[in-house]
Amino acid sequence: MGENLLEIKNLSVEYHTDDAVVYAVNNISFEVKKGESIGLVGETGAGKTTIAKSVLGILPQLQAKIKSGEIYFEGNDLLKLSEKEMQKIRGNKIAMIFQDPMTALNPIETVGFQIAEAIKRHNKIKRQEARERAEDMLEMVGIPGERYRDYPHEFSGGMKQRVVIAMALACNPELLLADEPTTALDVTIQAQVLDMMRNLRQKLNTSVVLITHDFGVVADFCDSVAVTYAGEIVERGSVDRIFNNPKHPYTQGLFESIPRLDSNENRLKPIKGLMPDPTHLPEGCRFAERCPYATEECTAAPPEAYEIEPGHFVKCFKVKEGEK
Amino acid sequence: MLRYIIKRVLLLIPTLIGISLLVLLLIDLTPGDPARMMLGASATEEQVEELREELGLNDGFFVRWWRFISGVFQGDFGTSLMTKRPVLDEMLFRFRYTLILVIFGTVFSVLLGIPIGIYAATHQRTWKDNAAIFLSLIAVSMPSFWFALLIIRFFGVQLQWLPISGVDTWTGWIMPCAAMALGLIALIARQMRSDMLEVLRQDYITTARSKGLSNRTVVYRHALKNAVIPVIMVIGGVFGSSLGGSLITEVIFSIPGLGQYIMTGLNNRDYPVIQSGILIIATLFAVIILIVDVIFALVDPRIRSQYTRRNKREGGKKNEKEEETVKAA
Amino acid sequence: MKKKRKQSRLREIWHQLKKNKMAVVSLVVLIVLVLIAIFAPLLAPYSYSEQNVLNANASPSAEHLLGTDDLGRDILSRLIYGTRQSLQMGIFSVAIGAVIGIIVGSISGYFGSWVDNLCMRLLDIYQAIPMFLLCVALAAILGPSLRNAIIALGLGVVPGFARIMRASVMTVREKEYIEAAKSINCGTGRIIIKHIIPNAIGPMIVQITMGVGSCILSGAALSFIGLGVQPPIPEWGTMISEARSVMRQYPTQALYPGICVMISVLACNLLGDGLRDALDPRLKN
Repeated sequence: MGENLLEIKNLSVEYHTDDAVVYAVNNISFEVKKGESIGLVGETGAGKTTIAKSVLGILPQLQAKIKSGEIYFEGNDLLKLSEKEMQKIRGNKIAMIFQDPMTALNPIETVGFQIAEAIKRHNKIKRQEARERAEDMLEMVGIPGERYRDYPHEFSGGMKQRVVIAMALACNPELLLADEPTTALDVTIQAQVLDMMRNLRQKLNTSVVLITHDFGVVADFCDSVAVTYAGEIVERGSVDRIFNNPKHPYTQGLFESIPRLDSNENRLKPIKGLMPDPTHLPEGCRFAERCPYATEECTAAPPEAYEIEPGHFVKCFKVKEGEK
Repeated sequence: MLRYIIKRVLLLIPTLIGISLLVLLLIDLTPGDPARMMLGASATEEQVEELREELGLNDGFFVRWWRFISGVFQGDFGTSLMTKRPVLDEMLFRFRYTLILVIFGTVFSVLLGIPIGIYAATHQRTWKDNAAIFLSLIAVSMPSFWFALLIIRFFGVQLQWLPISGVDTWTGWIMPCAAMALGLIALIARQMRSDMLEVLRQDYITTARSKGLSNRTVVYRHALKNAVIPVIMVIGGVFGSSLGGSLITEVIFSIPGLGQYIMTGLNNRDYPVIQSGILIIATLFAVIILIVDVIFALVDPRIRSQYTRRNKREGGKKNEKEEETVKAA
Repeated sequence: MKKKRKQSRLREIWHQLKKNKMAVVSLVVLIVLVLIAIFAPLLAPYSYSEQNVLNANASPSAEHLLGTDDLGRDILSRLIYGTRQSLQMGIFSVAIGAVIGIIVGSISGYFGSWVDNLCMRLLDIYQAIPMFLLCVALAAILGPSLRNAIIALGLGVVPGFARIMRASVMTVREKEYIEAAKSINCGTGRIIIKHIIPNAIGPMIVQITMGVGSCILSGAALSFIGLGVQPPIPEWGTMISEARSVMRQYPTQALYPGICVMISVLACNLLGDGLRDALDPRLKN
């Protein structure tokens, strides 16, 4: 693992609706190294998908607004590129896998066409060649190439997700953004799809940003983790660090709310309360309201991210004091 | 696909039988005796009774229905009570007028309505979109016969560009077709716009964008094809309303079409004219709906595949089998 | 947030609707139209049938704000009285159509299987005759009058209501709370009335609002061809038809009643659009 492939700096994204402004992503920074796989973990509505869509520049144009920040990919700020230049990167160098395979495919085009379309867009090759490569992609994700001419409704959910993955990997992207790739699938299929993704990643040496709410998937698949809460990254570090030594009260709370077979405790400890309303975020630490250790300091102003170990960042006053 | 078409054509038969029964029932419910109408008030009871017998009006409901239906199959639609001319001849003459009016009206509204709808949807929340929505709302809310009178007054009387009635020259068709199409253009534009916006929100559009496709490809290849499917369904209904609307347009512009014929028939209690006229229009309508449904099935692979050899169940089985082979590997 | 959740569904709809200026304006316009219809005798400066042949086809003046028609009757007064007939046609025919449509649609959607099949085939047959042609035939058969035009229009709009009701009922039927109601031995009639209809009514509200508009439109057309309201009673469609004879010299006489039709139909359509957005805010963006 060497230099940074993707580097997000102070990214903030808002959604403007008729009634209110939704602060979806607030001042987020993280980086992904070449070949690295990072997990973005958090509850629904924590802004994970928005981060991925910002990177790819496919936020809904009318509502979403990037307030600040830079997204460097291979040294270029993606936010400064023109739409034409972005189109050359989308699907080619950065690709995305979507959460719900049921709706992610165009119902009236053949799956083969939808894969070949991406290949043809980014490579100067003949239709026949694109077709052959699309068939190869299908074979790679475990679908017979003859099914090129089938329509999405002729596939099961797991098979559709394979198609989506084949489509995303069709142009050999440097970076893959996987947005809850297994959430909509049955548990048995989930494992298959994850296995397949892991094999493909090793084969193609693709960097992956894996968005999920499932720590199990992260432990299985990722090198490092970023825990998101209310549009912020509250804790970030290697999988080893975060799993063995979680520092942020929210991360700790998340681990305590996961059922474990090896623990004697009968009860899970859910985190009390709800995530703050993203249209009215609190002034201080976003987690203060639900945090068992919250003090006056926490509600006054938001904490910064403190690097408590090289590469392990925690956004909490508690760790700062602990260091003192 | 052929199976689907055959199935639909077979389904037409009970529908048409139902319509013929319905029409006969309507006529039976009509107050006023056609025989009395023909002979006038001065005729005696016996004369009226005699004519009723002669016309077969005293026969039972199903006897009359059978006579009508068997006549239709032999190309005999009866004779007009008023003009004494065979209904079929008259209708064949008038049919083309109505058909031209309805087809041009529908074609116009589709050719203009769809692009307007796409334009509005792709310029959402700009003044262009607002203007398109507002104008189409006005057009939908306007009585078409009133609009017809206004354009006659302006283009016919004031400017004298177009003939105010009659369709002896092709210029005579312009205003009737415009009057027919106006509301329908707006209707289709509104439908197209909302379908397009709905489709543009779908996940697969985001997928298409994430592949790096140009906006043009995303909108015209991925979104438009999906959005047009529900619009096709609306076109059937549009055709129906223009068939109904042609009635008034024909009256206003003095076009000797089927609508006028039925209107005269209704006023005179000329039941052979009424029943044949309505049956013809309903048949035409049913055939159009059939064509629209077939086009629909051709465009949408989800429906098409239900009727092709590799039907859904086999497709499902295939999936399971593959899932298993993958598992094994 | 919590407060909002406690609000009843109707208040929630109203809350959403209030945000749509066009819809609110339309609602106001419709209320004003209803008031005009109710208080027509108080508002109209003249009687609708008072003729003055010496002052026929007069231009607008202080006495006759919109002028007089070819029989010297005050056009403004006739427009005001005309509101009564047009609104009656819109509202009562939709009432007839909606009641029958709701009954047919609920039965068809709730019972499904052969009942549904039968109802749908019958509706197919019924709908094979274009709606306006059917209305014309019914109005002609029943004889031209306001009442018969209302019946004809009402019967003409039944299929639309029935189909929407059926679709809503079919989706609601599968919901858990219906399962729950059945499990505590609720009678079928009670389930339909207490649970299914109130929950399926959303799309119906939109259809009803829009339906009033389209019935006003079709009603005017019926009157225009002489199958609706009969002279001398004023109705907007009849007025357009009467103004036709003097269209060449006095085109404005046809203009006013047409504008009246347009405004009322436009108001219905805008309110319908607003209600649809309010009922399903997702559609708005």
